[in-house]
Amino acid sequence: MAEVSFQAVGKTYPGSRTEVIKGISARVADGELMVLLGPSGCGKSTLLRMVAGLERISRGTMAINGRIVNDLEPKDRNIAMVFQNYALYPHMSVFDNMAYGLRIARIPRAEIRARVAEAAQILELTPFLKRKPGQLSGGQRQRVAMGRAIVRNPQVFLFDEPLSNLDAKLRTQMRVEIKKLQTRLGVTSLYVTHDQAEAMTLADRIMVINDGVAEQVAPPLEVYRRPASAFVAGFIGTPAMNFLAGRLCGDGRAVELAGGVRLGLPAPVAGGPMAGGTEGAITVGIRPESLRLDNGHGDLAVAVDLTEMLGADSVVHGRLADNGSTLVARLSGIVPARPGDRLRFTIAADALHLFDTTSGRRLDA
Amino acid sequence: MVESRWWITALTHAVLLLGVLVVLLPIYLAFVASTHPVQNVIQVPMPMLPGGHFWENYSQVLGRGVPTVGNVPIAVMLFNSLVMALGIAAGKIAISILSAFAIVYFRFPLRMAFFWLIFITLMLPVEVRIVPTFQVAADLNLLNSYTGLILPLIASATATFLFRQFFLTVPDELAEAARMDGAGPMRFFFDILLPLSRTNIAALFVILFIYGWNQYLWPLLITTDRDMTTVVISVQALVSVMEEEPQWHLLMAVAMLAMLPPVAVVLLMQRWFVKGLVEPEK
Repeated sequence: MAEVSFQAVGKTYPGSRTEVIKGISARVADGELMVLLGPSGCGKSTLLRMVAGLERISRGTMAINGRIVNDLEPKDRNIAMVFQNYALYPHMSVFDNMAYGLRIARIPRAEIRARVAEAAQILELTPFLKRKPGQLSGGQRQRVAMGRAIVRNPQVFLFDEPLSNLDAKLRTQMRVEIKKLQTRLGVTSLYVTHDQAEAMTLADRIMVINDGVAEQVAPPLEVYRRPASAFVAGFIGTPAMNFLAGRLCGDGRAVELAGGVRLGLPAPVAGGPMAGGTEGAITVGIRPESLRLDNGHGDLAVAVDLTEMLGADSVVHGRLADNGSTLVARLSGIVPARPGDRLRFTIAADALHLFDTTSGRRLDA
Repeated sequence: MVESRWWITALTHAVLLLGVLVVLLPIYLAFVASTHPVQNVIQVPMPMLPGGHFWENYSQVLGRGVPTVGNVPIAVMLFNSLVMALGIAAGKIAISILSAFAIVYFRFPLRMAFFWLIFITLMLPVEVRIVPTFQVAADLNLLNSYTGLILPLIASATATFLFRQFFLTVPDELAEAARMDGAGPMRFFFDILLPLSRTNIAALFVILFIYGWNQYLWPLLITTDRDMTTVVISVQALVSVMEEEPQWHLLMAVAMLAMLPPVAVVLLMQRWFVKGLVEPEK
């Protein structure tokens, strides 16, 4: 069984000065599925390819099961990878695609047959073993790619956006299958995606990456409930979190939004943006779904710009009456607000997320 | 089809038939000439129907040869031509696919410089470098040998370029997947790249076989022994005899025989050839 650990791992492409991975340290526990999540170009695929051995590691150390793998060839790392476009060998049958790696490893023929048959059975590919990849549907190809990974009994699975070529329905279905399979096999896995729904449903823990830096490594719900930075807060959740300019006041017991609305905090915030001070400019994050409609006593007065009725809930886009910054609210049920209407919202004090405006880090009690 | 009116169909068929006639008529006449004794062939008008000397003429050129070109049986020359054409086609493909593999899949110093060097040789056909090449071949004792016939023509910038373009369309992930599967570079080449290139190889083989078969100038220079020359040269030699009438009936028989192998290659590989040109498998 295997554990993957990164120690200040960095990557700079030859001939370039910018570091694309800026010293990531983390530990993926044995049997854990960690999702690397981030916008395109953030370096998540590069990090995965460094684990695979397809990209060299410029600095730091990477270890699989305690063995440093920085200079090991991919084949010596005992890992298997599922590629975004599946990378099946088009001229080989499904059986040969799965058996290719085993043949190279000089595994006896009978055992190859047994292992492929078992993987095919798990993935329901048995009727298709003789077909070529070109004769399979997208979902089937995806399963062949997984089968190719499974038969090798690797220590670590690597998934590079494996579902992004499938249609929405199939994607949801395969997502569940991957999770079931991974739990059943208990293989340590790294999974790259830019789809937060995929990350939330699959991950044991999520590593949110932005611009080559691991912003937060935490279980999905913690990433949602206590985002470590403004970036994570804005990236996770749909519609995205609202960010309002504000400042701490009253010894860190309240925030004042630009425009004068004052919101109390459940506990005083320590270590504010100014060294040793508790007064100063901060960013206040409010999830659209934590706003409640309260036309009587609501603190936030909003002029509605647009309402999206989704059936189960409604998304109201508007501007704060006090300072004109935009605010999105997600309200359950049907809210028949029309452009120009004025609504008042209230928000629970413990649903406020406070971030340092300059560093973007979360501020806590 | 854009339109399907009867007169358009008729017109297209007429044009096609005309084209086929224009191409086939000379070949037919050559065949007719090769089945008559020489007196019939040189009389005017020439007979339009095959005569009774088919067996006689063909067995003479194949078995005993023609006196004016040294009595070497054409069968020997056909064999020479075949060895040369196969050698050139196979050699060109082997060398160019390997160089394309190196250029596309390996990072080494001056990689692009080498690519452009190969590319520049496109501008230097055999004829331009024929004198120095002959000098080198002569110094290496390659005159009158199969090696001498094949080797100087074996490098191909065109084929290298073609394979390079094809390799560039093969997704990188395929190479990476093979690496993860534990395949080394040569294993990847033989197990993955070569099977994927087979339609391209087939198409190139057809083109290069005909190119090799039709070589004229180089075999003319490098071979002085009559029994090392190629069939294409012997056709020319039969025409340019001194002081006597060319033996048109035998000449046409040789021409017909010289035409057969390329035609056979095209017919046999036609399906692959077209596939290779229109839909490279990825």
